[in-house]
Formats: sequence, C-alpha cells, structure tokens
Amino acid sequence: MPTLVRSKPRGSAPAPARARSRSTIVVPGNEGVKVVRACTIRKPAAELCSFWRRFENLAQIIEHPVTIVAHSETESRWSVSAPGKNRAEWSATIINDKPNELIAWRSLEGADVPNAGSVRFEAAPGDEGTEVTVSFEYNPPGGKLGAFLSKMTGEEAGQQVTEALRRFKALMEAGEIPTTEGQPVGEPQRSKMKKKGGKP
Amino acid sequence: MKAVCWMGKKKMEVQRVDDPTILNPRDCIVKITSTAICGSDLHLYDGYVPTMEKGDILGHEFMGEVVEVGPKVERLKIGDRVVVPFTIACGGCSHCRRQEWSCCDNTNPNAWIAEKMLGYSGAGIYGYSHMMGGYAGGQAQYARVPFADVGPIKIESDLPDEKVLFLSDIFPTGYMAAENCEIQPGRSVVAVWGCGPVGQFAIRSAFLLGAAKVIAIDREPERLRMAESAGAITVNDEEGDVSERVRWLTGGRGPDAAIDAVGMEAHGSAYDAVKQTLKLEQDRAFVLRQAMRSVRKAGNLSVPGVYSGFVDKVPMGAVMNKAVTMKTGQTHMQKYMRPLLKLIEDRKIDPSFVITHRVPLSKAPKAYEMFAEKKKGCIKVVLDPAA
Repeated sequence: MPTLVRSKPRGSAPAPARARSRSTIVVPGNEGVKVVRACTIRKPAAELCSFWRRFENLAQIIEHPVTIVAHSETESRWSVSAPGKNRAEWSATIINDKPNELIAWRSLEGADVPNAGSVRFEAAPGDEGTEVTVSFEYNPPGGKLGAFLSKMTGEEAGQQVTEALRRFKALMEAGEIPTTEGQPVGEPQRSKMKKKGGKP
Repeated sequence: MKAVCWMGKKKMEVQRVDDPTILNPRDCIVKITSTAICGSDLHLYDGYVPTMEKGDILGHEFMGEVVEVGPKVERLKIGDRVVVPFTIACGGCSHCRRQEWSCCDNTNPNAWIAEKMLGYSGAGIYGYSHMMGGYAGGQAQYARVPFADVGPIKIESDLPDEKVLFLSDIFPTGYMAAENCEIQPGRSVVAVWGCGPVGQFAIRSAFLLGAAKVIAIDREPERLRMAESAGAITVNDEEGDVSERVRWLTGGRGPDAAIDAVGMEAHGSAYDAVKQTLKLEQDRAFVLRQAMRSVRKAGNLSVPGVYSGFVDKVPMGAVMNKAVTMKTGQTHMQKYMRPLLKLIEDRKIDPSFVITHRVPLSKAPKAYEMFAEKKKGCIKVVLDPAA
C-alpha cells in the first residue's frame, strides 16, 4: 500500500507554506483508519482522472451526503453530515497531481477529521480499461463525532470507498448509477418507507 | 396498478401499488400485456431465496408496450412492442462487451449484499430478491425497465404475445443450457434432468443444435409426455435408479452432456430436504450430484437450474477424475434474444407449446399454488395483467 501521507508535496500543486513548514504527516503512524480499494473501469485514464480532478464531482459518487466546494485549482472545502446535528468539516489541498496517473490530497490544519488520500490510474491488461486504486486514511477526532467515527471500523470505511468506486464505475461506463429508490412496492414496506421519507 | 407481492413463504398477494416512474435517464416504462410465472419464482414462493422482503413485487418474464421513455433512451420510442429480458445489463462494462450480459457490473444497486454472499455481484434481476438488486418485478400492470436501449427487444412482426413472451427468460435459458453442452451435430447424446419449462426448452434447443439423442428425466407424466412429443426418450425417476437407466440408454458410455434444469429444490433425498428445512443447507443438490455421476468421462455438465447458496456432499471426485467440464450462470439474455426471435419467425419453434394455463393477474396467488404443487397438469402459467 502506498503510504501517500508521507509523500513529499511535488508536481504542479505547491502546498501552502504553513503545511510545508511542518511535517506532511496528517495521520500519525499507528493511529487512524487506513483502507485501500480498487476497481477497473472500461474508460481511458484521462477521462477518469479529469472527472476526479474536479473534486465537486465526487459528491455524485459518495453515498453519504457531502458538500464539496472548490476554492481554487488545488483547494476544496468538505462538509459531511454526521449523527445528530453534527457536521464534520475540513479543507483539503492537492499535494500531488500527475495528469492521468495520480491525484493525492490531504486535509489542512484545523480539520474536524484529519485525512489524506490518493487515487491512482493505471492501464489494466488488454482492453479492460483503467485500474483505479484509492488509498484513504483518516484520524477519528475526540468528542461525540469522534466516538461515532471511531466505531466505524476499517472494514466499514473500506465499504464506503468500495461503494464510491462502484458508483464512479457505473457513472463512467453506464452513464448513470443504478437505483431502485422511488419504485413501487407493496405493503408493509410501502408504509415503512413513507415514514422514512422514501428511503428504502 | 395491480401487482403480485411476496408476503412470506407460500404467501402471495395481489396488491394495489403506485405506478412506476422513470428514475434514471436510461429507463423506460412498459405497460405489460403478458407476464408469466417462472419455475425459479417457486424458489421465492417456497422461501428458499435469502434477502426477500414482504411487499416485494415479483415477476421477471414480461412483455408489453413502451409508454414512457427517459431522456437518454435513443432506440425505443413510445408505442414500441417489446419483450424484456429478466437480467438487466448496462451495455458498457467489460462483461457486456464480451456478451457475458448476466455478469454486468453496473446494474445491481445492492451489489454489496451479493458480494458478501457470492464474492462478486452479477447483474440485477427483476423481482428476484434484494441481493439481486431489489428491482420491482413484472407480475404487474406496469414495470420500470432500466437501460431500455440495452435489454428489451422490439417485436416488429404481428406474432402474438404467447409466441414471443418466453424470449424473456425460459427459451434463451434452455437454449444457453443446450449450447453449454457443446453438442456435436449428429453425435451428441444429452440427458436433461427436469422437464419443467426450462427443461422443455433445453430439450428442443438440444435438437435444434443437432443432438442425436435426448434423454429427459422427470416424474410428472404430463411433463414427460411433453418431452416425448419433442422427440426425447423419457425416464421416470420414480421408477428405479436413474443413473443406471441413463447409462444403459447410452450404450454404457453415459451421456456426452448432462443438464441440471432443476436446481435447488430437487426431489429425491430426505437428507437434503431435512437439512434445507433446518437451514443447514440452502440448496438441495440431489439432481446436481446425480448428473455429476451420470455424465460420461470428459463430458459437459450444464447447470441452468438456480442455486442460491451452499450445497452439501458434492461428488467432486467424480467431476475431477472423469475430467468433467461444468458450465453454468444466469442466462446471457441479450446474446440470445435476437437469434431466437429469428427461429420463431422462421417457424423453427413455437414456444407457446409450453403454456398449460392462462390466468388473470388477480388470480396469481392460486396459480402459484397450482404451479408449486404441479396440480392440474400445470407446466407454465401466463398471467393477463388486464384481467
């Protein structure tokens, strides 16, 4: 597994001075949750990479409700809803950007959930398309939110990344993400769903 | 609209539910003109398929008229008459491009459940449990059909519904089962376990592909008669050892290919029935074992019968030491629908032979019971959604 958080900032995206003055380790060695997940998408790396490079696009493929606003070519602000009325927010910056190969990012200081990640695009054998590998790690904070996030095991975090990749693949290959939300259903499910506001 | 809902083991109900709407840009809505009960629906009816929920709409063999299309549908238009395949495929992933349509990567919204149980998820299937996508099925008056440009096949001739309806599942399924036997025209002998609708189409498809001889195994007299009328030699499994008789009917060689068109609810073994009831085993594999032992050395074993989980006591020694090749899978529907429609148009086969009962949709629960218990000579039920 590539330990992307230790990679030195390079490429077209210069890290802000504040980050450069300190270590680039966002999630210290033995803490946090780390996952690596991959999928193969039958599209050229260039197409996939350019989708991912516009971070706002990622809201379409992340199942959990998330708001992503790009502030510049390299910086974005993320806001994720958490249990209760909590929100987890952070700013992220791109620390490595190799066109059609790799994008790596990490959160800036002051993040509610310090995190870092990368996505790598590599040609798959034959005409299978592109292997997309996401590495992601985060450090659960303290407090209520932290308690919830700590409960989320590596496996669950891995499942979130798996689902995001699955949705990414469907969107790229099929042009849409499969769903059954809103389809007809008989009783007793129908009443249950109406209570939950249409969510199955 | 009216729809047939699963309400638990051996409990079906016709309910009034909302009409389906377009949910994704490549969807269309089909007003159903004919729909059928599949033998594999009986596995749901009998409660052997995991991840069903009360209120799920069943049915995966249906056809009708396109009444609404999503903004990204290009090939179909309102008014088109279509048969809908039971597996849903995107057309863009590697599996679809390789004609492995039932292995489509992008059509199961609940792929994670299937991945947990099967390792990887296949295509979504209408009305066939949440593990298979949780899509509302077609035993209803309307259905939402995702990837409308990829699945449904247009019927442009005036062939009646009953001749083309089974392009939705059982004809292609029986045909793929026969194709998986790698039949050598004029030479191959194929033994088919199970003379339900898929078995009947497998028998006829084996002959269409040139099989020299087909041996059909079942215990229901009407089903054996129907197989016989297609030209098969029949074996009643209640009248003695099947493997022995199949062996002597093939000059002691064993059949070149064996088809398990029965699947997870085979009769014949109390051991499996008890284990399945106690949930110690999901699938009763009596026929599968018999087919593995009966097929000749270096023969082909083709399994269109549905299995959902684990089976016990598989004679792997027979498979390995006899060098048996096994082929299986949900049907790669989109590969077969067009060529098989051509066979129907050319009058090489009339699939309506298999229909024994025509029933209004509102009587579906009774029809399930009749089909499950094989009462009144029931082999295939077609439901009329308008009635």
